[in-house]
Amino acid sequence: MKVLVAVKRVIDYNVKVRVKPDNTGVDLANVKMAMNPFCEIAVEEAVRLKEKGVATEIVVVSIGPKAAQEQIRTALALGADRGIHIETEEEVQSLEAAKLLKSVVEKEEPKLVILGKQSIDSDNNQTGQMLAALTGMGQGTFASEVVVDGEKVNVTREVDGGLMTVSLNLPAVVTTDLRLNEPRYASLPNIMKAKKKPLEAISPADLGVEIAPRLSTLKVEAPAARQAGIKVADVAELVDKLKNEAKVI
Amino acid sequence: MSILVIAEHDNSSLKQATQSVVAAAKAIGGDVDVLVAGENCGGVAEAAAKVDGVNKVLVADNAAYGHFLAENLSELVAEAGKGYSHILAAAGTTGKDFMPRVAALLDVAQISDIIRVESEDTFVRPIYAGNAIATVKSSDSVKVITVRPTAFDAVPAEGGSAAVEALDTVKDAGLSSFVGEEKAESDRPDLASAGIVISGGRGMQNGDNFKMLEEVADVLGAAVGASRAAVDAGFVPNDMQVGQTGKIVAPQLYIAVGISGAIQHLAGMSDSKVIVAINKDEEAPIFQVADYGLVADLFEAVPQLKEELQK
Ligand SMILES: Cc1cc2nc3c(=O)[nH]c(=O)nc-3n(C[C@H](O)[C@H](O)[C@H](O)COP(=O)(O)OP(=O)(O)OC[C@H]3O[C@@H](n4cnc5c(N)ncnc54)[C@H](O)[C@@H]3O)c2cc1C
Ligand SMILES: Nc1ncnc2c1ncn2[C@@H]1O[C@H](COP(=O)(O)O)[C@@H](O)[C@H]1O
Repeated sequence: MKVLVAVKRVIDYNVKVRVKPDNTGVDLANVKMAMNPFCEIAVEEAVRLKEKGVATEIVVVSIGPKAAQEQIRTALALGADRGIHIETEEEVQSLEAAKLLKSVVEKEEPKLVILGKQSIDSDNNQTGQMLAALTGMGQGTFASEVVVDGEKVNVTREVDGGLMTVSLNLPAVVTTDLRLNEPRYASLPNIMKAKKKPLEAISPADLGVEIAPRLSTLKVEAPAARQAGIKVADVAELVDKLKNEAKVI
Repeated sequence: MSILVIAEHDNSSLKQATQSVVAAAKAIGGDVDVLVAGENCGGVAEAAAKVDGVNKVLVADNAAYGHFLAENLSELVAEAGKGYSHILAAAGTTGKDFMPRVAALLDVAQISDIIRVESEDTFVRPIYAGNAIATVKSSDSVKVITVRPTAFDAVPAEGGSAAVEALDTVKDAGLSSFVGEEKAESDRPDLASAGIVISGGRGMQNGDNFKMLEEVADVLGAAVGASRAAVDAGFVPNDMQVGQTGKIVAPQLYIAVGISGAIQHLAGMSDSKVIVAINKDEEAPIFQVADYGLVADLFEAVPQLKEELQK
């Protein structure tokens, strides 16, 4: 079966994010960018499905600026077969990302679509669910285990009370959580090989999707900083402070 | 303006998060109705009718909603939500699952995890793991919003006397079914709403050592949480993870034990009123947000803490 994986280019999770002085956004100039960590988990899961003989082809898609091709190449080096880059310099919000991915799904007809549960920049946690709604598919969000079984997939989900398993008809959408797998690193030979794998670039207009954001960001501010605290010498002092100064116990 | 709040519950009791979402709805203004969708959830609907400030309660009681499957719930909410200016739910794993689906069915954007209401169309939400706070304005006719419960003081559970109305439309999308669940049972308070939380990280070394934290928690009436590293290592179950991509907590007192204080962890607890850190590394970043820092070996400090608290 064919598996489609959506990967997003985001700021590297180790970078300390700074708000721009004019409050229009965060400073992305000369900042290290990378594949969204949840998308790495999505790629890894697809590659494992292929290694198990469940998946036959892995198509990876990214929406974003020219540079997003770096993240597609990374996915190809990790084991994806083919890339689709939907190129746009504009800000793409989750609903539009879902609409663009829907057109790709209609063209490619994958049996399984794997996305990250959340982008670590917008912290939206929306695109997979929206894509599932638009394509009329079932969804297994926040997955910690994915088992394909004939025309169904069983997805174990990380939920507030513990774990929950659902069975979905295929085709279906899965979004990844942290415990689904531990992504591998790309080897040098595979990075070289990835350069020769097919990567098709298209525009949102090619897919007939208009980018028309519904949300406008009025300002972006730094969070209120916490007052620096004190060091206590021992447990007795700690408990005394909590009782008599902070009065929280 | 009229607002539909989707209740968070487990078919037997209404979760306190719902009262925080009602508080957010009241900050927007207008009539606030509550939809209770579930199976054998009549008691929840009665509880919702008593919540202060609720105008009307709609109940959809059917097996199709028993496990809160997003495919079914979203169709119900998209239909029941017609005519409302705003649809709100708590940003827990249930709301995060079905609400974006509702938004897509209505062809509107979703505004995730709001922490403040500026006006009926403008909301404040954290982005980049809370490293930046964005003010966003929506141009959609219906606003689909998930609310961070810790950011809004819950309205009282009592004081209302709303009418309860049954909805008998059954939406079963036939795309998904419930297979099973593994609930992490605990007699301790709920992590997301506890007044005191004590969390352990990789420094705890194994799951057995979390008993030390549980003993302190029992003295304080606290909930026990964890860092991602402690969950990934299998010390404790996933539902204990506090952080950017886990649970958001904002208790009166948060005690971080053997946790370094990575930004993704801070994103889930830095709104706590008082933060205590116990860590043997005096350079650990957690000390930069701690009101009271204790540089010590946790294996000595935690048992001492329990003793001192019992005095
Ligand atoms: C996409 C993504 C999402 C993430 N989401 C989350 C999230 O939601 N929540 C989260 O917590 N993390 C999250 N993380 C992980 C985060 O980046 C850190 O890796 C994690 O929080 C570290 O956990 P820790 O502090 O327990 O471990 P470490 O960073 O290893 O720290 C262990 C600490 O214990 C101390 N210690 C060790 N032994 C002792 C002792 N005997 N006595 C006292 N102190 C001791 C050490 O000095 C050290 O400071 C996420 C990461 C990514 C990439
Ligand atoms: N621009 C994009 N390009 C490719 N995939 C995306 C894009 N935006 C979101 N996604 C996918 O949707 C997931 C969740 O994103 P979000 O809803 O923005 O939190 C990501 O982990 C990706 O798998």
